[in-house]
Amino acid sequence: MHNPIIELKNITKAFGQHIALQELNLAVNNGEFLTILGPSGCGKTTLLRLMGGFEQPDSGHIFIDGYDITNLPPEERLVNTVFQSYALFPHMTIFNNVAFGLKCNGIDKNEIKERVEETLKIVSLEKYSERKPNELSGGQKQRVAIARAIVNRPRVLLLDEPLSALDYKLRKKMQIELKQLQRRLGLTFIFITHDQEEALSMSDRVVIMNDGKILQSGTPRDIYEEPNSLFAAEFIGEANVFDAIVTESTKQNTTLKVQNKTITFPEPKQFKAGEKVHLIVRPEDLRVWTEKEVKNTDDMLPGQVEQVIYKGSTVDLIVRLIDGPLISATEFFDEDDEDLFYENGEKVWIHWLPGWEVILPYEG
Amino acid sequence: MRASQRFKFISLSITWAWFGIFVLAPIVLIGITSILTQNEISIVSTPLTIQSFYDTLTGGYAPIFLYSLLIAATTTLLCLLIGYPFAFIITRASNRFRPLMLMLLMIPFWVSSLIRAYAMVIMLKAQGLINIALIYLGIIYKPLHLLYTDFAVMSGLLYNLLPFMVLPLYANLAKLDHTLIEAAQDLGATRWQTFKGVILPHSIPGIISGVILVFLPAMTLFYIPEFLGGAKTLLIGNLIQHEFLVIGNWPKGAAASVILMLITLLLLIPYWKSQPKPTRAKS
Ligand SMILES: Nc1ncnc2c1ncn2[C@@H]1O[C@H](COP(=O)(O)OP(=O)(O)OP(=O)(O)O)[C@@H](O)[C@H]1O
Ligand SMILES: [Mg+2]
Repeated sequence: MHNPIIELKNITKAFGQHIALQELNLAVNNGEFLTILGPSGCGKTTLLRLMGGFEQPDSGHIFIDGYDITNLPPEERLVNTVFQSYALFPHMTIFNNVAFGLKCNGIDKNEIKERVEETLKIVSLEKYSERKPNELSGGQKQRVAIARAIVNRPRVLLLDEPLSALDYKLRKKMQIELKQLQRRLGLTFIFITHDQEEALSMSDRVVIMNDGKILQSGTPRDIYEEPNSLFAAEFIGEANVFDAIVTESTKQNTTLKVQNKTITFPEPKQFKAGEKVHLIVRPEDLRVWTEKEVKNTDDMLPGQVEQVIYKGSTVDLIVRLIDGPLISATEFFDEDDEDLFYENGEKVWIHWLPGWEVILPYEG
Repeated sequence: MRASQRFKFISLSITWAWFGIFVLAPIVLIGITSILTQNEISIVSTPLTIQSFYDTLTGGYAPIFLYSLLIAATTTLLCLLIGYPFAFIITRASNRFRPLMLMLLMIPFWVSSLIRAYAMVIMLKAQGLINIALIYLGIIYKPLHLLYTDFAVMSGLLYNLLPFMVLPLYANLAKLDHTLIEAAQDLGATRWQTFKGVILPHSIPGIISGVILVFLPAMTLFYIPEFLGGAKTLLIGNLIQHEFLVIGNWPKGAAASVILMLITLLLLIPYWKSQPKPTRAKS
């Protein structure tokens, strides 16, 4: 799979003084479900609009199937967009909404009817074909928007936060439906979202953006377990960040001085001795022991429970490290530890399995 | 609660009083006049008769009605063809230019329309600005006959009525969601397909409003045909004015007015049909 279906090379786009995208490169593989994730205003929509042909880059090129389409207008691109606001044509029936693209491309009547009906069936809306958009619910409108796009058999489907207007339950349902649809049709999806959970659960690959740049791109698991920047670590999921100083670093191990303890971690990346680094551990990777549960506390950090938040299947603890920051830890109810009981103010020891942390160069 | 009730009562009363005095009463008076008999001394007098209607419909006036309809329809069509792109361009203009463009459209209307009609005369007459300019540029050698033609009348009507087409269209097109246009393009629509499939259906109510606002005055703006069309172009508005003020046959002028009103009502039927049916809210 080394033939990208859509490729952006050195794309820069500015609106007046504001640089929305900066020297951006991205290649999307055929059949991939790619999610673009980033904070508001980071340039996600701009990126999608460039691919759709609604904006022109100031510099750089866009390729589809190896052809430079940078200067092609939207109507000539083999990509379709599902707009955030759905943008259904209000005066047309659902059937005509879905048929619009086919009609524009001069497909004959019988085939249009066949394909529209088939597509409406795919999104389970065959009974609604004679309704107008304002007679549908949010989730149904959303499915019409998708049907209207996929009926044209685009090479790439662009989706700009298509689920953000839906309530939580419907969103979950649509996430599953979309994913199934994408698998079944073998289409390439480029999907924008604010919602990190959505990004992680649906995508083959996640691209993290900030300030008009791509910070990291990888499988959901890579992104979550091996963030390459403080921003990525903190943007996806929760992260406890400790400041630490490298005392020794070899090809296999790095020893850090953190919170007055010196602990050695297995770490392939090499750092300079004396260098300042960030040590990042996810809350669910932390173990919290009460004083009487542990004997050897060499690799553990001391703290005091500040808050206990019961969450049904888990207990979230807010712990103040001695002379250190507040951290959060998520403890699961399981066989090993049936008795999760902590008191506010209780002295505890924090520990995690070496290797589950991420060490990153210090950022200003 | 009491205060708001009283406010409601007062404001409704004022509206109805205004409507009664300035709209209903004149119509009723015209209606009554149209079935009275002409009288040298008291202007009108009794025996009730429909003679005036008979005279109006048979006395060679039918062609004038038809001609007025034709001129008004042509003017309306031209207003639509010019006003539509105009309105569309205003909606697409940047926030800085939009008020400016709307203002340019409105500025001429701060001047009396009578004065503007005279201005048109100065432009169009044999020694007028247009002829002088064309001769100066060497495009023509002797002055074109512009004034006192149908062309002059329609230009005058167009000039006076264009804003009444542009403004409702602008109000309508400004509400068109731009993403709909992008969605159409995205689905492969050419400019024409986008216009026909998305923009035009959206703007139908605006077109109907504009057509009504232009068509009705176009039939009755009597001073424009008078100034620009000379004696040749007689429209229904001129006819009514002539009967009342020159000949002094009030019943006949009134009858012509009533007939005009009926034609107007007929033309409004499609408009009412196009309006969404109001669903009565239970109070
Ligand atoms: N047409 C425009 N004119 C001027 N600035 C724009 C325009 N479109 C976008 N921008 C700016 O470019 C930046 C990126 O915008 P963009 O819409 O791509 O963000 P986004 O990542 O989609 O944000 P969100 O998650 O809020 O939708 C923003 O700072 C925005 O203000
Ligand atoms: Mg956006």
